[in-house]
Amino acid sequence: MISNIKNAFIAALMAGVIITPIYGLQIVRSGMETHIEPEWDLVLIGMGIVFVFQAFIRPTVVHLLGKRSGSFQMPVLNDKARRGSILLLIAIALIWPFFMGRAEVDIATLVLIYVMLGLGLNIVVGFAGLLDLGFVGFYAVGAYTYALLYHWAGWGFWGALPMAGLMAGIFGYLLGFPVLRLRGDYLAIVTLGFGEIIRLLLINLYDYTGGPDGISGIPKPTVFGMPMARRAPEGQTTFHDFMGWQFDNMDVIIYLYLMALALALITLFVSNRVIRMPVGRAWEALREDEIACRSLGLNPTNIKLSAFTMGAVFAGFGGAFFAARQGLVNPESFTFLESALILAIVVLGGMGSQVGVILAAIILTVLPEVAREFAEYRMMIFGLVMVLMMMWRPQGLLPMKRPQVELKS
Amino acid sequence: MSKVLLQVSELSMRFGGLLAVDGVEFDVKTDEVFAIIGPNGAGKTTVFNCVGGFYKPTSGIIIMDGKPIHGMPSHKVAREGLVRTFQNVRLFKNLTVLENLLVAQHQNINTNLFSGLLKTPAFRHSEEEALENAARWLDFMDIREYANREAGNLAYGHQRRLEIARCMITRPRLLMLDEPAAGLNPQEKRDLQQLIDQLRREFDVAVLLIEHDMSLVMGVSDRIMVMEHGKPITTGVPEAVQADPRVIKAYLGEE
Amino acid sequence: MSEFIPQLMQQLFNGLSLGAIYALIAIGYTMVYGIIGMINFAHGEIYMIGAYVGLVTLSVIGVGSGLPIAIIILLMLIVAMAVTAVYGYAVEKVAYSPLRGGPRLVPLISAIGMSIFLQNWVAVGQGARDMAVPALVTGAMQLDIGDYTITAPYSRIMIILVTVVLMIMLHLYIKHSRLGRASRACSQDLRMANLLGIDTNKIISFTFIIGAMLAAVGGVLIALAIGKLNPFIGFLAGIKAFTAAVLGGIGSIPGAMLGGVLLGLAETFAAAYISSQYKDIVAFSLLVLILLFRPTGLLGKPEVEKV
Repeated sequence: MISNIKNAFIAALMAGVIITPIYGLQIVRSGMETHIEPEWDLVLIGMGIVFVFQAFIRPTVVHLLGKRSGSFQMPVLNDKARRGSILLLIAIALIWPFFMGRAEVDIATLVLIYVMLGLGLNIVVGFAGLLDLGFVGFYAVGAYTYALLYHWAGWGFWGALPMAGLMAGIFGYLLGFPVLRLRGDYLAIVTLGFGEIIRLLLINLYDYTGGPDGISGIPKPTVFGMPMARRAPEGQTTFHDFMGWQFDNMDVIIYLYLMALALALITLFVSNRVIRMPVGRAWEALREDEIACRSLGLNPTNIKLSAFTMGAVFAGFGGAFFAARQGLVNPESFTFLESALILAIVVLGGMGSQVGVILAAIILTVLPEVAREFAEYRMMIFGLVMVLMMMWRPQGLLPMKRPQVELKS
Repeated sequence: MSKVLLQVSELSMRFGGLLAVDGVEFDVKTDEVFAIIGPNGAGKTTVFNCVGGFYKPTSGIIIMDGKPIHGMPSHKVAREGLVRTFQNVRLFKNLTVLENLLVAQHQNINTNLFSGLLKTPAFRHSEEEALENAARWLDFMDIREYANREAGNLAYGHQRRLEIARCMITRPRLLMLDEPAAGLNPQEKRDLQQLIDQLRREFDVAVLLIEHDMSLVMGVSDRIMVMEHGKPITTGVPEAVQADPRVIKAYLGEE
Repeated sequence: MSEFIPQLMQQLFNGLSLGAIYALIAIGYTMVYGIIGMINFAHGEIYMIGAYVGLVTLSVIGVGSGLPIAIIILLMLIVAMAVTAVYGYAVEKVAYSPLRGGPRLVPLISAIGMSIFLQNWVAVGQGARDMAVPALVTGAMQLDIGDYTITAPYSRIMIILVTVVLMIMLHLYIKHSRLGRASRACSQDLRMANLLGIDTNKIISFTFIIGAMLAAVGGVLIALAIGKLNPFIGFLAGIKAFTAAVLGGIGSIPGAMLGGVLLGLAETFAAAYISSQYKDIVAFSLLVLILLFRPTGLLGKPEVEKV
């Protein structure tokens, strides 16, 4: 007990040193002058919290967890439960937007984009075990492919979408080729480097990409070639005129949502199939023992490349859709923080677990919108959550039980 | 009339200041069981790693069925029909026994992305065939009842058999076994000896063997090469090697 | 052509002062990686926090206080080093040491989270926007060569001098002190060092603390030289310093020093002779190229994979 108190005291002192220069002595500018505004209560509160935590709360929690191990764990889903919950989610997702307001459906569309991105990165990180910190680069390639095709050649969404995936896939292949033989943490940093290089190129190649201002005026997807708008450009019929319906702005929102849902479902389908295919088994084997794989004739670089490229293609699709939804693209949307966010979705959900990733995408997209007053603290909490997740539940919220191939006698 | 399958000449491997393998030369014929023996540290596993493509030899020529394979990366060597087991069994422990055998067939299965996504008949046929192959080997190795168990949960003896089955399912021409009897009890060693002989006879595969257990080596090998300090001391039939005074000296009385 | 040499010398000076900062930060990366094989993603933020603590100290003392400037700067450095030592120690104990021994990706993700947390910890505490740093050391040494004047601001000369002094001190300490010997043992073989009775936890903490203190010095000095800072300078500086560490050979302290200088020079020359907009791309491209073609760096030893 005494040692606990002593440790807690030291911890509180350290907390004091940590908090004081950042929160305890705030630098305030008044006109030309700067002076310090001491806020000692913040420091004392912080020290107090740390003290109480270290002295009383932590030992108690450790004591409790020691007694009842496993009782605080969230359920691990089996196959039937998984399929059931996915079908239920899809059903809800289809019906839901017709009963909701504009803001909700808008956020939902954003969620679906992140579901797509999360599932895409899940293939790279969760299935193949490759830590890609530059995923946002492929996202940017997809978005800018559509933007540039529209800006320079007048292409519409449906024509540009496959091109966006293709370009992102090519980038993924070219980048992956030299890089995938590197060790885990080096791979992470190199991919981060690539992501940043892409962003910096987008900022600096002003003549092609519009530089920091980006490209705007990007059109939304059409319905079978018919624009969904109040008025159609010269020579074209709007979708509503064609159907004889009254135009309502909400319809555009819902349409975008449904398209996003379709893309997300395709991503889900592919991701679901691919782990049950030979390449999925190869990813798993490669994560376990690369040398054994090589001794059996498997080429590790090619196998990793397939995951890397696949993830890139989905990021490309997501990017194109993002461009369509926003109507504009600029390099600011494609920072490292975006990669970190998508990584957090995969990690939080449970690497490899699709339901987990979907859930995490929902949580990480909706919460910041809902808790808007706490916007400043948002990023702080985000970082903290990442650290805490790694400490308490690195396998994610809903770790998946691997789908195993069974031999039936 | 059997011909030479693997030919190794003037093989050397240097790690910084250490010359682990120095001028090793031997050949293995197509249906032969060839053993490499020697005291610990003699360089036997290094020879394996060089032949298998895991190390790039400092110098030397390795020819497999007329094709030079020295300097080739390990996965390419494996595709030439040369597979190996490892001293510490390297199974995919979190995959099931069955899945270990499926992954090993990766080169021979339909891995086309779109066939798999759409579950075309060609894909389904390929998967069924792979399952049948796996089942056949499970039966052969008598471990079918563990098919759906995680490979890491198998008894040690069964793990060893699975590792060999995993090699054999790739239809190799040369099977390299690195100390396959280590950790086995006497009965299991007898079974292993029978297995090696059976594999060589029924499956048209040559066997290159590193082993410490002398009765196994003498019982199953056609020819033996003895190594010490990275150099070959002698090569010949078991009786000749057993009687060679240099070999006895190298082992300091070890039998 | 008569301008070429003096211009070159100017860029050399600029590159050296920039490289010194990178070297100071890179040492932290390389020491930690050398011992526990982990990239401390949040190290750049320690550098940033050092800069902020220096500024707070300066504001507490007051620019017009009358104390000699050298004393003020010394106080800034000492306080920054003390505070970041605590930060470095705490971050390691809280976010990394519980994760040691598990899969390698887990501490890396934790470090990324820590990095994001610390950036915003400071952003919330002191504001996210640029903050001005009073120019304590003004003036520069000027050297006329022909038509060209080489300008060496005193603040930058200070950077180089302080860095050189610290490097020498660090080198001597690692070489001759007990802690230094123990550190070297740990970076060779951690498990063996443990078995030999070295308290590896203490050594690891020591490593984080030294790295943090050096980064803090870098932060204070660069803030004084540039005149402003914000909570997000750690990210870019961190990646560049990591590039420097890898360039020199990760795990090697002389490597970090060499790498820092080389990167500083490369970046400065790229900015001067190619384009200043692309200088960041130079650093990132260099990182990618080194990791692809010579991941062990200039002073590192190539590794052979054991089968």
